Amino acid sequence: MTRLRSGGLIDRDTHLRFSFDGRGYTGHPGDTLASALLANGVRLFGRSFKYHRPRGVLSAGPEEPNALVELRNGARREPNIPATVTELFDGLEASSQNRFPSLRFDLMAANALLSPLFPAGFYYKTFMWPASWWERVYEPLIRRAAGLGRAAAMPDPDGYEHAHLFCDVLVIGAGPAGLAAALAAGRSGARVVLCDADTRLGGTLLAEPDEVDGQPGAVWAQSVERMLRDCAEVRILTRTTVFGAYDHGTYAALERVADHKPHPAPGEPRQRVWRIVAKRVVLGAGAVERLVAFPGNDRPGVMLAGAVRCYLARYAVAPGGSVVVLSGGAEGWRTVAALARHGVPVAAVIDRRGEVPEPDAALARRIGARLFAGGRIAATRGSTGLHEVIVRDATGGTIPVAADLLAVAGGHNPQVQLACHLGGRPVWDEDRAAFLPPATLPPGMTVAGAAAGRYGLAECLRDGATLGSGAAAAAGFPNAPSPVPRAAGDAEAATSIWLMPGRKSFVDLQHDVTTDDIALAHREGFRAVEHMKRYTTHGMATDQGKSGGVLGMAMMATLTGRTMADTGTTLHRPPYTPVAIGALAGAHRGRHFRPIRRTPGHDWAAEQGASFIESGPWLRAQWFARAGETDWLQSVSREVLAVRSGVGVSDVSTLGKIELVGPDAGALLDFVYTNTMSTLPVGRVRYGIMLREDGFVLDDGTAARLEADRWVVTTTTANAPRVLAHMEFAHQVLRPSLRVAFVSVTDRWAQYAVAGPHARDVIAALLGVVHDVSDAAFPYMACGTFGDLRLFRISFSGELAYEVAAPARDGDALIRRIVQAGSAQGIVPYGLEALSVLRVEKGHPAGGELNGQTTARDLGLGRMLSQRKDFIGRALARRPALLDPMRPTLVGLVPVDKRTRLRAGAHLLPRGAPPRIEHDQGWITSVAFSPTLSHWIALGLLANGPARHGEVVRAYDPVRSGDAEVQVVAPCFIDPDGGRLRG
Amino acid sequence: MSYSFFSLAREALRGHVGWRPAWRDAEPQPRYDAVVVGGGGHGLATAYYLASEHGMTSIAVLEKAWIGSGNAGRNTTIIRSNYLLPGNEGFYELSMKLWEGLEQRLNYNTMVSQRGVLNLFHSDAQRDAFARRGNAMRLHGVDAELLDAVQVRARHPYLDFDDARFPIRGGLLQRRGGTARHDAVVWGYARGADARGVDIVQNCEVTGIDVANGRVRGVRTTRGDIAAAKVALACAGNSSRVAALAGLRLPIESHVLQAFVSEGVKPLIDGVITFGAGHFYISQSDKGGLVFGGDIDGYNSYAQRGSLPVVEDVMQSGMAVLPMLGRLRVLRQWGGIMDMSMDGSPIIDASPVAGLYVNAGWCYGGFKATPASGWCFAHLIARDAPHPVAAAYRLDRFARGALLDERGAGAQPNLH
Amino acid sequence: MRIPCPHCGERASEEFSYLGAADPVRPAADASAAEWHDYVYLRDNPAGVMREFWHHVHGCRRWLVVARDVRTHAISAAVDAGA
Ligand SMILES: Cc1cc2nc3c(=O)[nH]c(=O)nc-3n(C[C@H](O)[C@H](O)[C@H](O)COP(=O)(O)OP(=O)(O)OC[C@H]3O[C@@H](n4cnc5c(N)ncnc54)[C@H](O)[C@@H]3O)c2cc1C
Ligand SMILES: [Zn+2]
Repeated sequence: MTRLRSGGLIDRDTHLRFSFDGRGYTGHPGDTLASALLANGVRLFGRSFKYHRPRGVLSAGPEEPNALVELRNGARREPNIPATVTELFDGLEASSQNRFPSLRFDLMAANALLSPLFPAGFYYKTFMWPASWWERVYEPLIRRAAGLGRAAAMPDPDGYEHAHLFCDVLVIGAGPAGLAAALAAGRSGARVVLCDADTRLGGTLLAEPDEVDGQPGAVWAQSVERMLRDCAEVRILTRTTVFGAYDHGTYAALERVADHKPHPAPGEPRQRVWRIVAKRVVLGAGAVERLVAFPGNDRPGVMLAGAVRCYLARYAVAPGGSVVVLSGGAEGWRTVAALARHGVPVAAVIDRRGEVPEPDAALARRIGARLFAGGRIAATRGSTGLHEVIVRDATGGTIPVAADLLAVAGGHNPQVQLACHLGGRPVWDEDRAAFLPPATLPPGMTVAGAAAGRYGLAECLRDGATLGSGAAAAAGFPNAPSPVPRAAGDAEAATSIWLMPGRKSFVDLQHDVTTDDIALAHREGFRAVEHMKRYTTHGMATDQGKSGGVLGMAMMATLTGRTMADTGTTLHRPPYTPVAIGALAGAHRGRHFRPIRRTPGHDWAAEQGASFIESGPWLRAQWFARAGETDWLQSVSREVLAVRSGVGVSDVSTLGKIELVGPDAGALLDFVYTNTMSTLPVGRVRYGIMLREDGFVLDDGTAARLEADRWVVTTTTANAPRVLAHMEFAHQVLRPSLRVAFVSVTDRWAQYAVAGPHARDVIAALLGVVHDVSDAAFPYMACGTFGDLRLFRISFSGELAYEVAAPARDGDALIRRIVQAGSAQGIVPYGLEALSVLRVEKGHPAGGELNGQTTARDLGLGRMLSQRKDFIGRALARRPALLDPMRPTLVGLVPVDKRTRLRAGAHLLPRGAPPRIEHDQGWITSVAFSPTLSHWIALGLLANGPARHGEVVRAYDPVRSGDAEVQVVAPCFIDPDGGRLRG
Repeated sequence: MSYSFFSLAREALRGHVGWRPAWRDAEPQPRYDAVVVGGGGHGLATAYYLASEHGMTSIAVLEKAWIGSGNAGRNTTIIRSNYLLPGNEGFYELSMKLWEGLEQRLNYNTMVSQRGVLNLFHSDAQRDAFARRGNAMRLHGVDAELLDAVQVRARHPYLDFDDARFPIRGGLLQRRGGTARHDAVVWGYARGADARGVDIVQNCEVTGIDVANGRVRGVRTTRGDIAAAKVALACAGNSSRVAALAGLRLPIESHVLQAFVSEGVKPLIDGVITFGAGHFYISQSDKGGLVFGGDIDGYNSYAQRGSLPVVEDVMQSGMAVLPMLGRLRVLRQWGGIMDMSMDGSPIIDASPVAGLYVNAGWCYGGFKATPASGWCFAHLIARDAPHPVAAAYRLDRFARGALLDERGAGAQPNLH
Repeated sequence: MRIPCPHCGERASEEFSYLGAADPVRPAADASAAEWHDYVYLRDNPAGVMREFWHHVHGCRRWLVVARDVRTHAISAAVDAGA
């Protein structure tokens, strides 16, 4: 178990220091954490999930179920990371998981003694009494025991990004098949993207001695890489795992940009998610070796045969000093040969076949390995690592063989996952004893090489070259057939080894599922593979059963007497290997979760000391605190009183604005608003409401006719996008013949409300004497264009008020001009809160009332439903239940005890009624402290409300300990006949 | 056989060879008094309560694949009774009460875990809407608490309080809410129903509904014809397809909803948390995986898989509330077909065809409804009268205008 | 998904919003309550090819009628809804 003296794709001149469980080691660039630890003689890596059994390294790839570690520290700690794909870097820190107090002496291993009590699904049968103990006793115990590693529990300090790629041919996997495919496609001139999860190209060529085109495989891979880099349209992404296939040629890939460093460089993302849209795809993801179920197959020292070869050839590590090889055919013997070549003693070879071909037998004799033809494994021995394999020979006798490494060659699982993400089911192939890609592949995909069950090197190269050029041709890049890379070795008959059940024969190493568990599932009727999987949790761990998954199906097939084809397999779903949540989220986190919209007047408001508040995507000024004000209500009340007694200015740019042009604009507005707009004279504004087709209120706003054929309508801030889409639907789909065009101009215009008794003076000063804004010339609900400015005499506050709009680029200048123009009147900026107080005082419906559940009648706007024309929502607004007077309808509410604070969300009950649902009669929709009236006021929806003015009801708010008597009044608290508006 | 620690210990001593199938894999009989179409949670619970509460025993549950293969085995397992509208809240509270005694009643540990459901809010308007909802719950006698940001922080210190685009201002907490183990619910009801004589027939797809003179006669299936005077549909995402076999059109669209599970880790998050400024909800399963999801994909689909943009959207929302999730890895994503109704609330009603009953429109929230849905549907089937707490779930509510639109989204299923 | 907008070319689905079945025809203003109910509330919801409204909100802002198999998501046609 040491580093071999020569060979390997490692940089022996450079030493990297790292630690595992606090102990320091060294390794080399090119190592993984697993190879470096093995080179240092470490073979105990972790403890298993349920029984805390010692576990080592099974594989050399992402299928690793055992050697999972916690990587890094603090906020960068990552649990459950396979050491087999963790690139070594200087300073790497890793620790083992799921053990207490230490990996070697894990007290929880006592669980193993109780294991008869914990068969699959045991928790469904117990922990039921007493019921209250579940949350308090049983569940905390289970939760503490479950889960392997510990998450960081701190905000992730690293960044992530997303990027897009479009290509003609996407090649997934850069093993022999993928390289041949990429080369063939690349030479055609097609845009090719080649992705491989590994740090370098080559796949299995990096681990095998085979030659291609007369060169060692790894060297050939390098030469192909050079050729590909010479093709202008080829892009190579290493450290990049394609993890999901989605609709219409969309693939998602994860690039590990900085995982091989202690931390990302400043500004560098840790990982990048690529969204790749490809016309054609060649899947060359290869195959993963299959675990074999036999008693004690989980002991550290039991390793997949291909992984053994990989550690020898690629990492120059001998993962054992005395080896037993379990073989079913050529694969096992190739491993024997590799061990011999690297001078590692082979104690014994167990060949499941009764007859072993003479060349193999001769090899065994030559290296002095005992050969057990037709033998099997009866057990393994060793406390924290293998030291003996108990072989059952063909005659049934048991022979102990001392060994610290058991290489198992159980056959392969083609990596068909990506071919199945769109719902295809893998197809069982009896000859190859494997699940192959489904008959219906994702459109545009072909599968090459081992992923398609074609394992021979020559076959893979041929496959890749053919499918690569085929994919390019199908994408519009026919090419001269390029030479197929040559190699020896074609398909070998694979003898699959599956099951040698017995106690503690694991089919899922990470979740500690044994053949006994599968048998229990069978006995209890969980025979459908999905039931079996869910009952036993087989294949649900981080390795997703890549290596052992098929064993469970095989065991179930044996028990039920069904074929593998009839037994079937579970579905494959993204991601192919686990992907960090941060990577999937990309840059959209923290304050950048969603874009921020700011109005043109934002900077001015900030200068005035505004507090800003999120209002959907917008930031809006909430209030403008002045020196000495200690509480928001003070500021807001001052702003309100300023508007009521002097003049104020507020930024209303966020309201949606839609500009319509065309002779039929009025007709379209008649169709979308409940009231008639087309009769509006030029230079006038009208209030309107829109319904959804189901008869409920969609939004309210104003329509202003600027010219005969030019209108601008406003929407609420929140509903602006929906209203625009609604109007586009009404026009494009329902009334396409109307001659009108319209577009959102929300961002094109900055708009400010100037409100208060002195508003006219401010506007006059702003526009100058050339423009007449007297009441006669510019009355209530007038609109007009004054130079670059648009002026609307509309009021949300109930005061004499105007809204002035300027092109967005002039928005900042305009607000400064308004303030200047109003300086003589002492104009006061007011924010969203004051705006809301003013509108509640006036009884205008807004967000709390326009909640999508109210009708025009509910809001007291029933008379706005025209009887004379068709409009959207007209028919269904007339449904009987919507006309029921007992529906909650808009009312005003004032506290009986004027000191009482009211809160929106309180429910309205008859006075004195006990708080039970049968007495629920409505709720408070909006509240405000009215500085004008010096007490709280509210709007609410109350059953049969308009008939109940004067009645005292109960405002019940138990979630805030509120319970008050309120009097029902008309929903308008100031100036009910609107004299001020028209002032 | 009864499940308990003692039976487990007894079996442990003899290698667990004594266990019997949790339910029989029944062969279909030519005739039943009632057949329930759909072996999800709702269908199985209906059969169970028909047998246990209404004394009916000649019942079959017909399932086209394996029981629990639909949404029952795909959901994010959240249970709660924190609804706003009176027509809903009473029903979901009945369900919560049934959950609270389910394990003892079924003698099956469905892992009902009442660790709380917290809905975060991020604005005053949202706070008031939650207050309205919480108060409505209290009027129903249901627990509800409105927490401020400080209280939320004390409960879940790892939420993003410092760098959030939409700061957390508080939350509505239902302590009795939580999660249950979805597969166990299916298996527990199946075992209970089976023990009361119900035939659970798997791999049996209903391909036709026989109707004569406006009355149902039975069903045609891939395993032969079955006569029944009462046919009850509980087909979730496939409701429209199955109802169409009897000539019915439903106010339902089928949409995909995705869900995700992370790798298993030691306890990290307690209870259920939902984000209010995006679509996201999360809890940690007893196995240690974080189970989470977001909004529906937004378009009609019968393909049980989701799209990448929604994956990204869910993860962004996740990172927005829980920035510590960044390095945790998603293990699996999947999709289920949601029966999205036109007002976002379910339907439990008799159909215009006599003897044919419809249970559908559960949207993304029918798992929590499983016990009450079965309870009320069984009542309707057995007595031909709606159960009082499900009285609002009539099909004619759309024509009458008596909608149950919790969100105020209108007749557009992908907005509910 | 990738939706072939007849005006803008093939675009990612997140540029679009969705409204559902395009087949129901808006009844005449004087149609019966039952017709209106059916139009707004009842859906075929077929498991097969569906004609449906998509709105290219982050593109040309045209409403499209897309023919899509809702079992496989395969799109066979996409035309302007006003065409
Ligand atoms: C991703 C996701 C997350 C969710 N999260 C939650 C959550 O957190 N909380 C919550 O309360 N709800 C949640 N839900 C919703 C919940 O899962 C469903 O509303 C509920 O499961 C539906 O009832 P069911 O269990 O009976 O449905 P299903 O399990 O879907 O049962 C319907 C059954 O009918 C069968 N069937 C259909 N057609 C036929 C036929 N022709 N013949 C025979 N059988 C047929 C199907 O195969 C299926 O088994 C979620 C759903 C999904 C998909
Ligand atoms: Zn377009």
